[in-house]
Amino acid sequence: MNLLAKIYVTLKGSVLDPQGAAVTHALHALSYDAVRDVRIGKYMEVSLIAASETEAHELVRGMCERLLTNPVIETYTYELAEVEQ
Amino acid sequence: MRCAVVQFPGSNCDMDAVKAINHAIGESADIVWHTVASLEAYDLIILPGGFAYGDYLRAGAIARFSAVMEAVAHEAERGKWVMGICNGFQVLTEGGLLPGALRRNESLQFRSEIATLEVVNAETAFTRHYRAGETIRIPIAHGEGNYYADEQTLLRMRERGQIVFRYAREHNPNGSVDDIAGVINERGNVLGMMPHPERAVHERLGSADGARLFTAIFESWREAYAKR
Repeated sequence: MNLLAKIYVTLKGSVLDPQGAAVTHALHALSYDAVRDVRIGKYMEVSLIAASETEAHELVRGMCERLLTNPVIETYTYELAEVEQ
Repeated sequence: MRCAVVQFPGSNCDMDAVKAINHAIGESADIVWHTVASLEAYDLIILPGGFAYGDYLRAGAIARFSAVMEAVAHEAERGKWVMGICNGFQVLTEGGLLPGALRRNESLQFRSEIATLEVVNAETAFTRHYRAGETIRIPIAHGEGNYYADEQTLLRMRERGQIVFRYAREHNPNGSVDDIAGVINERGNVLGMMPHPERAVHERLGSADGARLFTAIFESWREAYAKR
């Protein structure tokens, strides 16, 4: 089956995000006083072929842990969906 | 002493490292391409600065999976000396040969300047020619040198003398936790540092303080060699 994994990588909560802090300041300067915090991350789309959804989950988790994130400072979530070819 | 300087696509301080070795200890060094599978012939392996594989995804993230890194891990396991400078340090943390990670500088700016460092541990094979607490001047040039390790890891590193260099108090250029500029593994044979000692081996370069890192490792090698 053809699948698309939408992967979101963010810095762990305990890790300071200077880019997010700069954007928070910029939003406040634009009077978006409602903004409490901004965290900046990465979004990746991985198209893949797998025999089953279970296998696809395993593959995506594996690639996230080995390469796509650095578990010392980052964490990830993903959505997986079957797509047409 | 046989020295290797690993060259990744995107390395740019490789020749500086070779010349620093030539100048500081009078030894030659081989440039070794990232596809090499064995580094058995070498006593000292340097991972130089630069932007290996463009630093895509994260600095060092792709380089750590290159063939040569298996050889580096293998030689580190055997007790050979490995030194990662700047991008090389990032590759070593990504590869798990050193604890922690290097984040984007807190200022979000690339910093290129001479940094003042404090030698925290002068008892390693790399730092024995410094005095503990000594202040040295070594250039930095990086955008992602903001060292991070969680509290528990830091505690353990402090206890074991793994913090080797700190930026001088009030002069932390990148936001590193605990002002950390360089760390060593528990065994004491793998060193990583953001500052560039290879760019500070002669007064004409602005500082000669980096030369003693090379003379120290040379003396450590001579002692080890004499025992063989």
